[in-house]
Amino acid sequence: MATKAARASRRSQPVGRRHPLATVALLLVGLLGTGGAYALFTSSATAETSASAEALVEEGGKLFAANCATCHGLDLEGTTQAPTLIGVGAAATDFQVGTGRMPLAISGPQAEQKPVQFTEEQIQALAVYVASQGPGPAIPADMYLTGEGYDVSNGAELFRINCAMCHNVAGAGGALTEGKFAPALADVTAKHAYEAMLTGPQNMPVFNDTNLTPEEKADIITYLKYLDETPSVGGFTLGSLGPVSEGLFIWIFGLGAIVAITVWLTAKSN
Amino acid sequence: MTTTPTQDAQPKTRGQRFTGAAANYIDERTSISGLVKEVGRKIFPDHWSFMLGEVALYSFIVILLSGTFLTFFFEASMVEVHYEGSYAPLKGIEMSAAMASTLDISFDIRGGLLMRQIHHWAALLFVASIGLHMLRVYFTGAFRKPREINWFIGFVLFVLAMAEGFTGYSLPDDLLSGNGLRIIDGMVKGIPVIGTWISYLLFGGEFPGVDIVSRLYILHIMLLPAIIIAAIGIHMLLLVINKHTQFAGPGRTNDNVVGSPVMPGFAAKAGGFFFIIFGVITLIASTFSINPVWVYGPYDPSPVSAGTQPDWYIGFADGALRLVPPGWETEWFGFTWSFNIIAPLVILGLFIAIVAFYPFIEAWVTGDKREHHIADRPRNAPTRTAIGAAGVTFYAVLWAAASSDLIATHFKLSIEGVIHSCQALLIFGPIIAYFITKRVCLGLQKKDREIALHGYESGRIVRLPHGEYIEVHEQLDDYELWKLVSYEDYKPLMVRPDAQGRITIGQRLRASVSRWFFEDRIAPVSQKEIEQSKDEHH
Repeated sequence: MATKAARASRRSQPVGRRHPLATVALLLVGLLGTGGAYALFTSSATAETSASAEALVEEGGKLFAANCATCHGLDLEGTTQAPTLIGVGAAATDFQVGTGRMPLAISGPQAEQKPVQFTEEQIQALAVYVASQGPGPAIPADMYLTGEGYDVSNGAELFRINCAMCHNVAGAGGALTEGKFAPALADVTAKHAYEAMLTGPQNMPVFNDTNLTPEEKADIITYLKYLDETPSVGGFTLGSLGPVSEGLFIWIFGLGAIVAITVWLTAKSN
Repeated sequence: MTTTPTQDAQPKTRGQRFTGAAANYIDERTSISGLVKEVGRKIFPDHWSFMLGEVALYSFIVILLSGTFLTFFFEASMVEVHYEGSYAPLKGIEMSAAMASTLDISFDIRGGLLMRQIHHWAALLFVASIGLHMLRVYFTGAFRKPREINWFIGFVLFVLAMAEGFTGYSLPDDLLSGNGLRIIDGMVKGIPVIGTWISYLLFGGEFPGVDIVSRLYILHIMLLPAIIIAAIGIHMLLLVINKHTQFAGPGRTNDNVVGSPVMPGFAAKAGGFFFIIFGVITLIASTFSINPVWVYGPYDPSPVSAGTQPDWYIGFADGALRLVPPGWETEWFGFTWSFNIIAPLVILGLFIAIVAFYPFIEAWVTGDKREHHIADRPRNAPTRTAIGAAGVTFYAVLWAAASSDLIATHFKLSIEGVIHSCQALLIFGPIIAYFITKRVCLGLQKKDREIALHGYESGRIVRLPHGEYIEVHEQLDDYELWKLVSYEDYKPLMVRPDAQGRITIGQRLRASVSRWFFEDRIAPVSQKEIEQSKDEHH
């Protein structure tokens, strides 16, 4: 009985799309197809960087379709997962992708920085593509990003008034609600700092050009650069966190050292 | 002056003759020999924990020295000036003269920044060492009769030190100190009825006004230091009168003090120790930045920096404010009642009052009128140690709550989660700490008792002729045994009728508190028990 049944099943083995190996073949075709397409898209991105604006838009469109459209929609219209990108402009795209925040690594309270996923050229193509789909703030001109020739003390004052409540007065970062936070500002590039002010990424408010003029933004960038480049005059800063790290330091290392000394001084008689 | 005959026989050198004559001259005019005799023979037992008060004293001296330097250059005025010193990012910015002079001290006066940092680090160390010193005194029961009053004076010093710290923190008129003052202003205004009046009195009008820095300056450099120095004087006088406590040991009883006298040994040692403390502070101050006011910028009521905290010793008050649940405010009789401020004020006030009066409370509970000069091992007073642990936990949770935002960012938590955990911990933490500590103390006492009676496990396994294996227990020597068996044993007080045959409510209360304190206890091993156990083992 058993052998008969086995023979019967062997005889009636399905062919064509019902063949047991059909799934494997299908998977292989699918993987090769998407992988090949991806390779095509990415390789074409590096190949045509010097191309005209139209080619750049087309290039960016392909990159967008491959990397961003899942959440933001094929026409930038947005989905339940992510907002529309129509009108966010080149600056927002350059900031989000250029700092590695996009593509999003994981859903969470806010997009966190991670190693940047694209080359400069690819980021530019994406930015140009997004800007082509609806006008928005453009990538800032280089003249505002030098950190030289601007008013550092005005920048410092503007920073204290507009930025310090979230980013901390020394740019050390700070907590927001529900696990969100304002990141530390050390070593943020001038371009990204400008774009952040201009577009208000994550929970940051927008500081448009009537709110803070381009010159004032440049002043702030000059101050940030000053903070980055000037060594602390007082010695190690303990993270620039103010009295909390100072208090911990004096209890653990200051008093700790002194208690160790007292133990040492009285050790003999014990 | 008494001299021994042998010294008389030797001819004196010129130096000795001069010293003798000078000492005689001074003594005949001041009768100082009595004082020298009394103070010079003051005995200091050798234990590291007895040096913590000294650390506080020496860091105070460092504060006085560096502070004097700072007063030469600091301008306690809120007159508006435009900064024209060497720190570029503040050039041309409007600020008070106080802030400008602080920046000048930091950037343009030789050694000024080092002095500022020495002053500030020494202040942090001053309050921290007072705190640790108080914990030592508390956990060893060194506050008992006759030292209750000295505990209270020490407590006053702790409060004064915090006041000194806070007034100093407010002087530079930078953003951080202004934010701190704004919180104080808010707390003062939160007191019903009189709050607003007090605030206007303090600030000379609406906050921040133009008077507060010069007013705080007078408090900071004159009134508070004068009271602190006077209180330190009394504290140390009582220290000499009461003598030091010591840990129990053979030859160390309730009636003597074993250690080295002030003259000459201890004085030399203490002098050296002062320079060690000064050195540690200077090392820290020259390598680690503290309170970089140039980063904070001048005070302006509109900006508040993220991560704005007071210095560590005010942190517990800041934490209490942060832990109040939202919406604790109502209006009664036409006045706003801000319970979000009143509740922390009352709770902190109660906490501080318990700290201040604990020696008197414990003396009442035990009904013990004897003098105590032997320091307790913390385990031998389980309830006191457990109360202390609960108090430390309460304080620590408030303290942690003051840095809730930094805990949230650095441990990747949500700030609401941190606050809610701290709220729960503030209530349950001390209770848990109380019970755990008490059980640990009793367990340690049981272990001590076991060791005293049956010796300690030597790790040597012996096989007896009939095949049984036993571990040999070795007896302690008398020195070690003394430490384990000599401690006071309190029993719960009995309720007894007084002369009129009545039992008062006070007595009932006292009996019940006493029962809470001493119901669970491990009696110290008696001589009889030791002898009995020796007989058993032989």
